Amino acid sequence: MDKKIEPIVKAVQAHFSAALEEFRSEVHLFVKPEQIVDALTLLRDEHHFELLSALTAVDYYPQTSPRFHVIYQMTSLAQNLSVQLRVPLDGDNPRVPTAARVYDVANWRERELLDMFGIEFDGHPDPRRILMPDDAEGHPLRRDFPLGYEEPQFTFNFEEIDLRKPYVKE
Amino acid sequence: MAQLEEVSVEQFKHLVSERALTGETMLLNMGPQHPSTHGVLRLLLELDGEIVVNCIPDIGFLHTGIEKNMEAKTYQKAEVMTDRLDYMNPMGNNLAYCMAVEKLVDLDVPPRAQALRVILVELQRIASHLVWLGTSGLDLAAMSMFLYCFREREQILDIFELVSGQRMMTTYIRPGGVWRDVPVEFETAVRDFIRIFPKRVDEYETLLTRNPLFIDRMVDIGYLSREVALSYGVTGPMLRASGVGWDLRKVRPYCGYEQYDFNVPMRTEGDTYARYLVRVQELRESLKIVEQALNKLPLGPVRSENRKFVPPPRSEIGVSMEALIHHFKLWTEGFPAPKASVYNAVESPRGELGVLLEGDGGPKPVRVHMRTPSFDNLAVLSQIVKGHLVADLVAILASTDIVLGDIDR
Repeated sequence: MDKKIEPIVKAVQAHFSAALEEFRSEVHLFVKPEQIVDALTLLRDEHHFELLSALTAVDYYPQTSPRFHVIYQMTSLAQNLSVQLRVPLDGDNPRVPTAARVYDVANWRERELLDMFGIEFDGHPDPRRILMPDDAEGHPLRRDFPLGYEEPQFTFNFEEIDLRKPYVKE
Repeated sequence: MAQLEEVSVEQFKHLVSERALTGETMLLNMGPQHPSTHGVLRLLLELDGEIVVNCIPDIGFLHTGIEKNMEAKTYQKAEVMTDRLDYMNPMGNNLAYCMAVEKLVDLDVPPRAQALRVILVELQRIASHLVWLGTSGLDLAAMSMFLYCFREREQILDIFELVSGQRMMTTYIRPGGVWRDVPVEFETAVRDFIRIFPKRVDEYETLLTRNPLFIDRMVDIGYLSREVALSYGVTGPMLRASGVGWDLRKVRPYCGYEQYDFNVPMRTEGDTYARYLVRVQELRESLKIVEQALNKLPLGPVRSENRKFVPPPRSEIGVSMEALIHHFKLWTEGFPAPKASVYNAVESPRGELGVLLEGDGGPKPVRVHMRTPSFDNLAVLSQIVKGHLVADLVAILASTDIVLGDIDR
């Protein structure tokens, strides 16, 4: 681990008893959902992490506990450091408190996670879908959401496949 | 066909002012088909006469599920999807993705490939800024800028065609190096461009930088403060125009950027004109990098020799059984990557382009997330247009230099 990042990791661990993982000199700290707003505030105010570079999630389906990791990639411009916070979430009713009051960037990024993974953010100022249409069903980036494809139609089977298309039913 | 649901103001009640509900201010759609939105973007504007009270961007019209599709492909095959994200910057997207793969599997890249990557990515940055300069000139009624900029961009696209066979969607940079060595004509083509281009930038500046009409439309328009920019995750030239000298090429050098001598242009005004000045200056700095990299271009292999991750050259396949097996295994199964996660960021023409890549021990990624700079640079738009005229909104939107393919993914 980089010497510069050690005191920061120690501080987060002391406050939140966070588990630590390291891979190719990247530091991942695991915190509980209810701690995330405090952890982000601590990093921003005490340790100069001005930028929330990325906010995303991973789905580990079929594993259910934890099924999701919500990932907060933080960058400190003043010290030129990066650290990643991860929040493990269970598969049924995944919820995290919103980070939109700590970083404005979280507003749209959390809408994206709501849209793509169905993770709810408590207290979000504008909880609407962002990329998919408002009336879409399901959450496309979940691993159990099918990729989907269209059957290629040729002259010999055109009508047979045409009958199976969704617009026929309406 | 299902009946389209009527959109009511109820949906946006929490985003507009109370005057919109009584009908005192007007709600107006700009886009999704509008020449000045630079793609398929809808802006819902709340207007008090000509003044923008609120601006609510609506994105997702170009959402094609690239991240989802990449999860279904092996690491090498997923790369073609990255070209289609930010279609003004395919080389940069390839680079960001390949560097993430190389970090995940711990693969070395030979020095010649590193230098070629730098040359091509910097040429791509120039091409991308030229499109921005041309189209934002067009938005402010400087028609000839568009034609001049596309003339120079054409020359860069010809260089790309020379090295990769494609003008856009190049997929030239591959995990472990580049696709193949550049042809002999490459050096002359790039030198021609280096010779011509500085004079052309001078011409653009003569047309625009001191042009009173241009200055009237740009100065003190769309002010973005340092604090708001950081909180909204704005990066790239927009952040540098607000007084933060953060450039990943300088602060966290990759691909040997530390060997090249270049400046990071920075302004403190934070308005539309400052963003213009930063990008025009970047055109010159990028050209400096291209020239230095071309002068020092080392000889040697352009791909890693590690056969477990990089396919063998075509010439070996006919004579070596081992090479044939490696080739077959790589293109049918792909290579396994460890069960771990990496985040790698590069400086794209628009800002920090990050790739979060997570493997599960198999040949396909379990998650690829592209942290695209345009997404966050657009999110701040609603903050910086408040109180300006609709005509200024066009100038501000052009100065954010968004690409909708980058936002919607």
